[in-house]
Amino acid sequence: MSTTTSTPPEAGARPLIDRAQYGLAAFLVLTGGYVLYDASGLEEGFADQPVQPYAVSYVVGAILVLLGVLLGIATARGDLPESDEGEDIDLTQGTDVRTVALLAAVLVANIALINVLGWAITGALLFVGATQALGSRTLVRDVCVGVALSVGSWYAFYVGLGVPIPAGILDGVL
Amino acid sequence: MDLLLEGFQQALTPTNLLFACLGVILGTAVGVLPGIGPAMALALLLPVTYSVGPDSAIIMFAGVYYGGMYGGSTTSILLNTPGESSSVVTAIEGNKMAKKGRAAQALATAAIGSFVAGTIGTVLLWILTPRVSDLVVKLGAPSYFALMLLAFIAVTTALGSSKLRGFIALFLGLAIGLVGTQTGQARLTFGEAKLADGIDIVVVAVAIFAVGEALWVAAHLRRKPLEIIPVGQPWMGREDWKRSWKPWLRGTAFGFPFGALPAGGAEVPTFLSYLTEKKLSKHPEEFGKGAIEGVAGPEAANNASAAGTLLPLLTLGLPTTATAAIMLSALTSYGIQPGPLLLDNEPGLVWALLASLIIANALLLVINLPLAPLWAKLLRIPRPQLYAGILFFACLGAYSVNFQAFDLVLLLSFGVLGFAMRRFGVPVLPLIVGVILGPKMEAQLTEALAISSGDVSTLWSEPVAVVVYVVIAILLAAVAVNGLRRPAAPEPIGPEVEDEKELVER
Repeated sequence: MSTTTSTPPEAGARPLIDRAQYGLAAFLVLTGGYVLYDASGLEEGFADQPVQPYAVSYVVGAILVLLGVLLGIATARGDLPESDEGEDIDLTQGTDVRTVALLAAVLVANIALINVLGWAITGALLFVGATQALGSRTLVRDVCVGVALSVGSWYAFYVGLGVPIPAGILDGVL
Repeated sequence: MDLLLEGFQQALTPTNLLFACLGVILGTAVGVLPGIGPAMALALLLPVTYSVGPDSAIIMFAGVYYGGMYGGSTTSILLNTPGESSSVVTAIEGNKMAKKGRAAQALATAAIGSFVAGTIGTVLLWILTPRVSDLVVKLGAPSYFALMLLAFIAVTTALGSSKLRGFIALFLGLAIGLVGTQTGQARLTFGEAKLADGIDIVVVAVAIFAVGEALWVAAHLRRKPLEIIPVGQPWMGREDWKRSWKPWLRGTAFGFPFGALPAGGAEVPTFLSYLTEKKLSKHPEEFGKGAIEGVAGPEAANNASAAGTLLPLLTLGLPTTATAAIMLSALTSYGIQPGPLLLDNEPGLVWALLASLIIANALLLVINLPLAPLWAKLLRIPRPQLYAGILFFACLGAYSVNFQAFDLVLLLSFGVLGFAMRRFGVPVLPLIVGVILGPKMEAQLTEALAISSGDVSTLWSEPVAVVVYVVIAILLAAVAVNGLRRPAAPEPIGPEVEDEKELVER
């Protein structure tokens, strides 16, 4: 079983600790804590509600906190995650932070621009941006494919499925 | 029988036939394509449900499901890197056969075995669905509550090596399911009016399956091309047929019941089938070097379990695989209540689906045997464009729910969560099942207690509920015993933690 850590643990050596996993444990405790806090602000349900609106929240929140603590303990005891594998995944190399950050930036740009420019434009930008971030070297082809995809999908939804996606600044042009 | 014939009539209308074709072609494509599985494909296709009739959509989805199972075997035979957990076993012998120059026979036995298993599985569905429906229609809210609890526990404990992570995924999903105002008060909405109706399952599913996967692959993209074994026309000789037909039938016998169980899935039956074939084979020396039985059995088990999965989905409304979970949410988006009354309320829909499964199976055999070399070409699609395309359709799908940039914010947030889950080995299925079944479970509990006017003992007042609780207790006990039995554990803290130890020691 491969793990994301770069060096395999040697026999007799101190067990390797995946420190990033403390982050996940903390996230669970925080999420659970917020669910509990949110539940505490809920009022009594109506008379015909045998299950109080906060009942399930309390259970889920408390267990999330517990799971976070358990994961923290497991991590401290040297538990290592078994990362997902797949056809295109090579776990022998470290995490490529740059590519992920670029992709996230492309997605954020799409969120920021979609109301102004409309899907037909941001969709193409999204496709081209993502291919470039992932290391494509065929810019011209990607632009052509991206434009075809975004304009094509806009029409497919509008005409084919009857779902009117807002056109943005191209309103009246498309 | 009349209903089945009517079902065929409806499934054979030109529109539905078209959607069945579309489904199987898409399904095979996503099965072959690395990085996309049937669950992600269905999640991306959910927007289609806004304007297509429920029968057409569900027929297409079933086609994608079956098609994905066929396509997955092509990838594992030609690439030796199974994309889905259900085709891990196929890769063991299948890729060895391909390396020995017998790729054509491996693909043929996989495709024909899938066809045989899918057909038998579908016929079993025809027989069992009405009967099981008659049985479960008598169940009340307490039994349902118990069954959903069982589904949670089973999905969480039966799959994956780390139970702790399974529960983490489940409760994260339940927390997501809490968001909204179903109970009359705003829960976890952060004061945001857009969250009042809850988080759309399309957004969660697309984010976790598609965005999370794309980001995860981006972080670890294989830079050197994979070795793909070239293949010609699939065919089998006399000897291959003789060695294949029994494994097909045995694989089917393993696959269907496991698929139909709440703990379902294809991993266990494919593995059991492999072990059985290895034991019964007249050529045990070939195992590990490319034995055709090792491909025929597991592939049949794989497809039979896909058929079996539909039994609890159609009769109980309980999904046992990620793909089934997405199909369930598609049904719900039509306002159709999956569950014991489905067959009574929507007989046309159910029988059209059951009939279309046979059609999909036949179509799949036709498009897979002659066209295998063509499908194999899909393996060469450049990865940047492939994953950019996945992100493109993910954003399109999430945006088309309400045309709000806010949904894209949710998409990205849950995408990051999906990335983190893959990084930390947290399974995806319990989360999706939690999101979908969590609110339903709360509703069943409310209904049960409302009828009994608050008396908690109503929860174990039905025999089925009691049986289910016993099964749950056995499952949990098995997990605990498994955890405690581990020898090299110095100070047992709890079953979960012990389980984690195993991971480290492997």
